[in-house]
This record gives sequence, structure tokens and C-alpha cells, in this order.
Amino acid sequence: MTAHATPDDVKKLAALARLSVSEKDLPKLAAEFDSILAYIGQLDELALPKAEGPRVTDVVNSFRADGAPHEKGEFTKKIVDAFPQKEGNALSVKQIIVND
Amino acid sequence: MTNLKNSLAELTITEAARMLRTKECTVRELWDACAAAASAQNEKLNAYLELFVADDAAIDAAQARIGSGDAPLLCGIPLAIKDNILIEGHIASAASKMLENYKATYDATVITKLRAAGALFLGRTNMDEFAMGSSTEHSAFGRVKNPYDHARVPGGSSGGSAAAVAAHMAIASLGTDTGGSIRQPAAHTGLVGLKPTYGAVSRSGAIALGSSLDQIGPFGKSVADTKALFDTIKGADTLDATTTPPDTYIVRDAKKSLRIGIPMRLLEEGIDADVRAAFDATIEKLKSEGHTVVDISLPTSKYALPVYYVIMPAEASTNLSRYDGIRYGLAERSATLLDDYIDSRTKGFGAETQRRILLGTFVLSSGYIDAYYRKADAARGVLTAEYDTAFESCDVIAFPTTPSPAFKAGEKSDPVSMYLEDVFTVTANLTGMPALSVPMGTVVREESTLPIGIHFTAPKGNEEILFKIGASVTGEQL
Repeated sequence: MTAHATPDDVKKLAALARLSVSEKDLPKLAAEFDSILAYIGQLDELALPKAEGPRVTDVVNSFRADGAPHEKGEFTKKIVDAFPQKEGNALSVKQIIVND
Repeated sequence: MTNLKNSLAELTITEAARMLRTKECTVRELWDACAAAASAQNEKLNAYLELFVADDAAIDAAQARIGSGDAPLLCGIPLAIKDNILIEGHIASAASKMLENYKATYDATVITKLRAAGALFLGRTNMDEFAMGSSTEHSAFGRVKNPYDHARVPGGSSGGSAAAVAAHMAIASLGTDTGGSIRQPAAHTGLVGLKPTYGAVSRSGAIALGSSLDQIGPFGKSVADTKALFDTIKGADTLDATTTPPDTYIVRDAKKSLRIGIPMRLLEEGIDADVRAAFDATIEKLKSEGHTVVDISLPTSKYALPVYYVIMPAEASTNLSRYDGIRYGLAERSATLLDDYIDSRTKGFGAETQRRILLGTFVLSSGYIDAYYRKADAARGVLTAEYDTAFESCDVIAFPTTPSPAFKAGEKSDPVSMYLEDVFTVTANLTGMPALSVPMGTVVREESTLPIGIHFTAPKGNEEILFKIGASVTGEQL
């Protein structure tokens, strides 16, 4: 199975990824996509042993002790300084629920 | 010892550390030499995105510490830092318009450790946007030139960190490596570059690309310098839950005679004849020094790059979803909240970044996740098992770092040909194993003499074996 990407597919993916691709760039991106998919499509011919449940790795869970990792407010000013729009220490965003 | 080099900036870490201690130079003189070389050459090479002003307090403190006779090796050594590693108060843009105005609010753990050792920071280096690329042509702020031939690329994505050290605009540097982004530029610029074991170095404060693949690592002019940087930045960190404590892996004895595994079948085609000849000559040299060679089989390796180009975009698209134009970075404002996201991301991300976000979105979409992502993840397991088996009969695995020397800017315009640059290096990221690129001579292309590298992989946690075999290649005594 080698997937084939149409300009319409690319447009849908862009919408999912919160990107906007101009109509004129769609065919070029779709063509590039096809060549990348053909390349990674080599995986089709790779026969893998039948998986018995999820792959077991040597990864273990890592926990830290409960408690405050740093002083309250230590980073607040620096983080607030980066906000594009703010009211005091609050981040301003567009209203998304409107009461008509 | 008399300094025979033209400038203090040409010194290695070990040479500079010795001269600082014998009072043949001061920390200030060393800083000035590097800073002058950097500002003189940067217009041409574009290795740095920003050169920092001298931190007088840090320079004086380093000098005093060396005077006290109890200073770490890196004390007073000027370093270059890749632009995706956070230094508090400085911009960290990952060479993207998205983060062009983003000022780091904290130090990455590696920066904290380097500061504690007394190291100095010359500036932040250019890179492929969000570390996506193999040539540093995908920077939003212009390409980096290879110091050996300005028409050619220095490799990538850590091309700025490589070019800065190769052109003696820094003593050594840090980069990040997701699929070869330290080792491939090291090979293309005649440096030593290390991708540590996954979890060996904290990534707190590194801007994420592929979280199951990324590692921070050093570039050095020698194996000893690379080791000195690694020894300083490594270690478990409560700020990065993926770091591992020192007893996690079985550490093998880095003995005098090592067994070098070579996947002969993989090297039968696709490698330039003179690169292959240099590789064979380097292996012969290693044999003459008492190391032995075994032929190993890694059949799934031929699928490593397709596997990587499923997993990496999947993780990249996920990681980069955080850039929404709301809390920091580029913030376009339009009619609706959705438009704010879309406009910020469309304007902020460059072409390659958008391509990989779309590809990642595709391989994770419900209709294709089994065919691509789950298959790639399973293949990654098989590949790792093959490496584990190979390491039963050898201590290191060797091949050329890249099939060819540095290519010309603009030469690899279609994405797949660029991706093929990483064909040998990606496996170490997929398996989590440490890998080192060491210079193995030069080849000539169109009258340019270009460096090439030999690549060694070791079992997890065995960086010492890499340094040992690397020092055998360079003729260093560690």
C-alpha cells in the first residue's frame, strides 16, 4: 500500500495542523508528499514478527517527590513579559463564547 | 610550551586550559581572541545568529578561580551554543521567525552545568529551523557556509555550531542531534561530534523536535575536548524525567583492544569510492593498533531512514503544536481565535517545518497510523534488537558518518535527497545508543579539500568506549 496525496488531502491536513497553504502551493506540496510517502512506503515490504501486545522497552517510569519544585511566582514576571497581550498578570485572548 | 598557533582561538580546550594555568594567557585574552575571530568572520560564514557582549563578571570570576588553583578544565573556556538551547535573558529562536522575539526565561540544565564549571558563552549559533535539516539551509536567517568551501554547506542541523568551531570562532560548542545533527556536520567540518546515549544529558531547556530521539551533545577539535564537555553536561536531572541514573546500563571495560563490528553488506553500495577507501584505511590503522574487526549483520538498517521519517515528523508535529501565537513568540491577530492560530503558525514556520508538520499529521491520522506510525515503531524495536545482538560479538560498530563529503548549497532541493544525508546516522537516535563522529582524512571535490568522518556506535551508556576508539583514530592519548 503506497498512499497517494492529492492537493485536497494536503489542504485537509493543513487545516488539522492549523496551517494555511495557498492554492498555488497545494500541487507542489502534494507532489513532494507523494515522493516522501513513496520513500517511507518501503516499510511495506518489511516483514515484522507478529507483535504480542505493545512493544516492551527498557524505559521505566520516573517520578519526583511531591512538593513545590520552585518558589511561587519565581518565573511569573518573565513569563508575563512574553505575553503578546495582557491585563496585569493575566493573558488576554479573544472572546470565544458570545451571549447574544 | 610555546604556542605555535596564530591565534588563541585556534587552541583546543586542553591546550587553552594548560596555557591559562601556566599564565601564558589570561581568560580575557582568550575571550577577546575568540570574540574577535567570531565578529571578523561571521558576516561571511553566518555561523552565529548573535554574538553576546563580554560578561566581565564571569570572565573575572573564571580568572580568579584559575588563580586559586582549583578550577575545572572548562573554566574560562569560550563556547558557542546552538540557538535551540536556552540561556536565560537571551533570545532562543531555534532559527525560526516563530521565536525570533522569544527570550529564554531560564537556563537549560546544560547551561547551568557549564556556568558552574566556569565556561563562557560567545553567542548563539545558526541552525536549520527547529533543527529540521541536514545543511543549515533551512534557517529563517540565512544559510551557514562551510569554512572549507563557502559554496558548500556545513551540514546540519547544528551547522552554525560546527562552522563556528571549525573556523576557530569558538574553542568548542554544543549542538543537538535528532537524526545526525551533530555527527553529520562534525564530519563535514573536520570536527569530533558526540550524540550521547538517550537520557545521558538533560534536555531541560532544549527546544524539542523529536522527543524520543533528541539529545544535546558536544563538538570539539579533539576527542579529549568532546569528552571534557560531555563529562561536564551529563547526568540525571529532576527537570528531565527522561534522564537516566548512572547505574542504568552495563558499562563495558574500555579495554585496549576493542572488537570493531562492520556491517559489510550495508557498505557495499552508495558510498563514494574515496570515502570508502579512507574508511578502509582507517580500519587498517585501527587493526595495526591491536583492535580486531568482525563482520556483523544489521538487515533492518536499510529501513532505518524510512522509519525515522515516520517517527520524527510525528513527534515534531506534536511538539510544534505548542506554538500557537498566544503566550509567546510570533503573535498574528485576525478575526477569530482560530485565525490567530493559523496566521501565527503559517507566518512563523518555514517551508520545511510546515512540510514535516503536515507529514507528521498524516502519519498519525486515524486511517494511516497502523500502516505508518505503528509499523515504524515496531521496526524500531526490531532494529534495536539487531544492534543488541551485534554487540554480543563486538564493542563498537563502525561505518562512514556520511556517504559523501559536504555538498553544495542548493544541490539537494528535493526533500528525499536531503533526508538521505542521514542514512547512516539516524540509527543511533532510533536505538538510543551513543555515537561519535571522528575525522578520517579528506577527499577532493572540484579543487576543494573536504573533511570526512568515521562513525562509531556503542551500547547504551558506553561513551567511554567511543572516546577510546576515537582517540585511536586521532592518535590522542586520553
